[in-house]
Amino acid sequence: MLHDFIVQFWPSTTDGLALGSIYALIALGYTMVYGVLRLINFAHSEIFMIGTFASLGVINLMGISTPLGGIALVGTLALLIVVSGTVSGASAVALEYIAYRPLRRKGASRLAALISAIGASLFLQQLFARILIPWWFGLPKEKGALPIQGRFVQREDLLTLGSFVIRSDKLIILVAAVVMMVVLDQFVVRTKLGRGIRATAQDPETAVLMGVNIDRIVSATFAIGGAMAGVAAALYMLRFEETNYFVGFLLGIKAFTAAVLGGIGNLRGALVGGLALGLIEMYGASIFGTQWQNVVAFVVLVLVLMFRPTGILGESLQKARA
Amino acid sequence: MKVSGAVALSAVLALAAACGSSSKSGGGGGLTLGLMGDLTGENSGIVIPIKNSAVLAVDQYNATNPKTKVTLKFYDSQAKPDQATNLAKTAVKTDKIVGLIGPAFSGESAAVGPVLEEAKVPSISASATNAKLAGNGWKYWHRVIANDDVQGAGIGGFITTGVGAKKVFIVSDNSTYGQPLAAKVQATVTAAGAQTQADVIDPKGSDYASTVNKIKPFAPDAIFFGGYYAQAGKLVKQLREAGVKARFLSGDGSLDKGLAAGATGTNADGSLIGCPCLIDPTGTAGAASKTFADAYKAKFNADPAIYSAEAYDATNAFLAAIKAGNTTTDTINTYLSTINLPGVSKTIKFKPTGEVDANDVYIYKVTGATLPLLGNAGTAKVTP
Amino acid sequence: MTMTTIKTAWTALADPVRAWWAGLGRLPRMGVYALLIFGALLLPNDQIGSFMSPYSDWQGLLFFPIGGYILLAIGLNVVVGQAGLLDLGYVAFFAVGAYSMAVLGKIYHWDFWEIIAVGIAVTALSGVILGAPTLRLRGDYLAIVTLGFGEIVRITAQNTAAIGGPNGMNGIPHPPNLTTWAFPSAQPFSALGLSGLTPFKYAELDSRPYYYLMVLAIVLAIIFSKRLANSRVGRAWAAIREDEDAAELMGVPTFKFKLAAFAIGASIGGLAGVLYSTQTVSIIPDDFPFILSATILAAVVLGGSGNIPGVMLGAFLIAWVPERIRFLAEYRVLIFGAVLVLMMILRPEGLLPSRMRKAEFAEGTGGMGSMGGEVSTSKKTVGAGE
Repeated sequence: MLHDFIVQFWPSTTDGLALGSIYALIALGYTMVYGVLRLINFAHSEIFMIGTFASLGVINLMGISTPLGGIALVGTLALLIVVSGTVSGASAVALEYIAYRPLRRKGASRLAALISAIGASLFLQQLFARILIPWWFGLPKEKGALPIQGRFVQREDLLTLGSFVIRSDKLIILVAAVVMMVVLDQFVVRTKLGRGIRATAQDPETAVLMGVNIDRIVSATFAIGGAMAGVAAALYMLRFEETNYFVGFLLGIKAFTAAVLGGIGNLRGALVGGLALGLIEMYGASIFGTQWQNVVAFVVLVLVLMFRPTGILGESLQKARA
Repeated sequence: MKVSGAVALSAVLALAAACGSSSKSGGGGGLTLGLMGDLTGENSGIVIPIKNSAVLAVDQYNATNPKTKVTLKFYDSQAKPDQATNLAKTAVKTDKIVGLIGPAFSGESAAVGPVLEEAKVPSISASATNAKLAGNGWKYWHRVIANDDVQGAGIGGFITTGVGAKKVFIVSDNSTYGQPLAAKVQATVTAAGAQTQADVIDPKGSDYASTVNKIKPFAPDAIFFGGYYAQAGKLVKQLREAGVKARFLSGDGSLDKGLAAGATGTNADGSLIGCPCLIDPTGTAGAASKTFADAYKAKFNADPAIYSAEAYDATNAFLAAIKAGNTTTDTINTYLSTINLPGVSKTIKFKPTGEVDANDVYIYKVTGATLPLLGNAGTAKVTP
Repeated sequence: MTMTTIKTAWTALADPVRAWWAGLGRLPRMGVYALLIFGALLLPNDQIGSFMSPYSDWQGLLFFPIGGYILLAIGLNVVVGQAGLLDLGYVAFFAVGAYSMAVLGKIYHWDFWEIIAVGIAVTALSGVILGAPTLRLRGDYLAIVTLGFGEIVRITAQNTAAIGGPNGMNGIPHPPNLTTWAFPSAQPFSALGLSGLTPFKYAELDSRPYYYLMVLAIVLAIIFSKRLANSRVGRAWAAIREDEDAAELMGVPTFKFKLAAFAIGASIGGLAGVLYSTQTVSIIPDDFPFILSATILAAVVLGGSGNIPGVMLGAFLIAWVPERIRFLAEYRVLIFGAVLVLMMILRPEGLLPSRMRKAEFAEGTGGMGSMGGEVSTSKKTVGAGE
């Protein structure tokens, strides 16, 4: 067991960071929405799924015949990020408008919003599996649940030191995730909109009195969180080059776990939680076998929460709440 | 609420009536066969070819103007055992089916078996391969596909003799289908002196890196995967991208062009798929296979897929019983116990346990987008 | 516009019933209860079934999912509706109950009636094991931990060869027959469709004996849950739900009561698991996915969290509607999801909310804390997270 851990240490580390980066970006959406609305946006995983299909659409449209590497790959990825980010961001805003805003207007309980989120999640999954995927790819409807591929990436080993290998796609993912995180963090700290988001998260009533337009802030929060899921989706396509209607489910649960692990409502916590969860899963799998990977992840989560009840970095988007 | 309820209800009834009338077309003094499986859920991609084959067989039979016409009724279990048992009860109590094709998967078969046993209704599954199903002492249960133990032993033997592997890594999707198959392969190759290690993948996940990281340092000659082609394709892709070049093998669940597509490019080329079935979408395996493949393609505008030949044979076994003048569930079951019918996939003949008699396992080799037959697992060889 | 009409119509329908019920004395209430139970016993009738469920066996559906979901929803309601704790892994207790039945019945050949008692105890214990380390967490931290617990239970079952691994367990024994007495083929039994029914003989094809067991379990769970709600425990739960800090300050040992809610909710889930397992004969780990937890939670909220008739109505609809709309084939789940969103938009407090919950709702918290970012109604956000 320990032997396995040592032998697989470096591959587990790089893979854990690559996986964790995607968790972290998805976790941002959960954490921002939670910070502002204190709602577990269960349909966020479907916002991610929509983003993967947006990327897939671009890849198909470009009609890439030979896998890309180097600058061509980075350029393509930038395009995917923009398209998926836009599509996912817009979907998230639409989702909020349809499934959550009416509930918010009525002052409904967060539990009702959670059920609405679960309903929206089922609806979006099925919409893709039953209608959109078969129609788009010209498949018989029973095949809408199967994965769809779009190949465009040439993978290169950039650096090899024994079992420590840096592969191009994994490096790009990690760098892109950290960059996006820094940009977002600065955005929330420095811009006027970011200040509005923080103010609303901290104390909605006072924020309104100070002239903040809550609806606008909520839409912006969903747009940013959704866009980050879109970025994650583009990076996911870079790594796996295929998607299906169900792709968001497990990643969504893990990303939410990551958000809680890092401290929900805390942007930096999402990054820390995501990377930590990715590493925990890979190390756990190398020691106990992949069948225990998710068990290890959840047990570590419980242990962390027992000693730090608000996650590794604590809640900070809205420091002192009511 | 009340108003909308009434409107919705009448819409429901109208639609239900429409459905009812369309499915009764066979009607009038004929017999009804049932078909159960996941027809609309996430596994329907595997079950629809089974349904198509059954439709083909019944249509061909009815076209001969037989004395007893046969109607086919469908039961969409979503592969969920609790839905399957309730549907099976309707099938036997209300619809009075004389035989059931299916259930498609092993989990639902285990739940439905006791119901059919008490109702004394025979069933023939084309695709439920879990070995334990035959150990329940059921008298009305059959399958036309060899079980996981037969398949696992066949593929395991082929891995050590045909492929000549000394180090084998075993992966499963930890499902009711994949795990026992993988375990049997592991036991077989271990008994033949090969060194093994095992791990699983999560079929709902997409990152198999932890499994790949275990395979790489083990440096196996061959990798066996117990699971379905959607995951097999991804696994092959991630293995090749990580530089693992070992021969990839899998079982009947991966016998589909989707494996090569999922692996992308030429990643899956040379992979070997074992199956206790003799099928060939191009119809070069034999005359019966060719006739079936052509008829299937003509009717559904698609190639036959996994289990479609078996489903065709299973349906024809029931139809042969009915043609021979058997009209009750008991006489049909008795007929099945002595049936000896040349089918598309194999000769249909059952052991007293309900298992199919044929034990041959065939090996198919992934070559581009095609899966040509390599030969019988006992004798086939691959050049390294 | 139509939505408003529908809403008004529903309120016009529900409110007089509520008022009439509130005005009823103890004895007439007992009479109504007796009538309801009698009605429930006559429900598995073929005539009713041909309308309620033309595609699948009505008697079987009544046992599971309808009866099973109702029992599970009553159990989850103790945790979510009464104590205000968000549990996203309730299916774990259902699984523990089902596996208790399978292991004790199949491997140790225990009697069904013994297993029921032990199964309930085992699941209550599993509730305590889950609750003890996690109940100090608040709100959504608890939600993700319970979700994790549900997955841990399922994956552990999948990875443990001794309980069948992914094959699950089959050949789980039915309850022993109490008697093989059958209803005679005479009036009034034939008119009620009861002729030939053996209500205490447990076999495969006839689900009615199991359904009667389920009805008994549901009635007991309702009585238990009602009595609790009106006791000191119930008041403590209400206090915790409304404002945990205030409750703690007032001297309510919140941790102890939260643990009790978990254990009681768990044991009802376990009871449902034992019944399911003994009827269905074979279980696999995949019978207990996360989505089942979400479904039961949806039933509780849709019906009206905290109110037992509401919760039962919600569970009934969630179990029954997908079976009734089988003709929609592959679009069933799609429509189900859309309806869930629509129902929450129309009636976020549930179809039959509890009176207390209705008041809380008017106040703006709905008892489970409102969302942030809404100013006009909420004066103070209660519940989870702070």
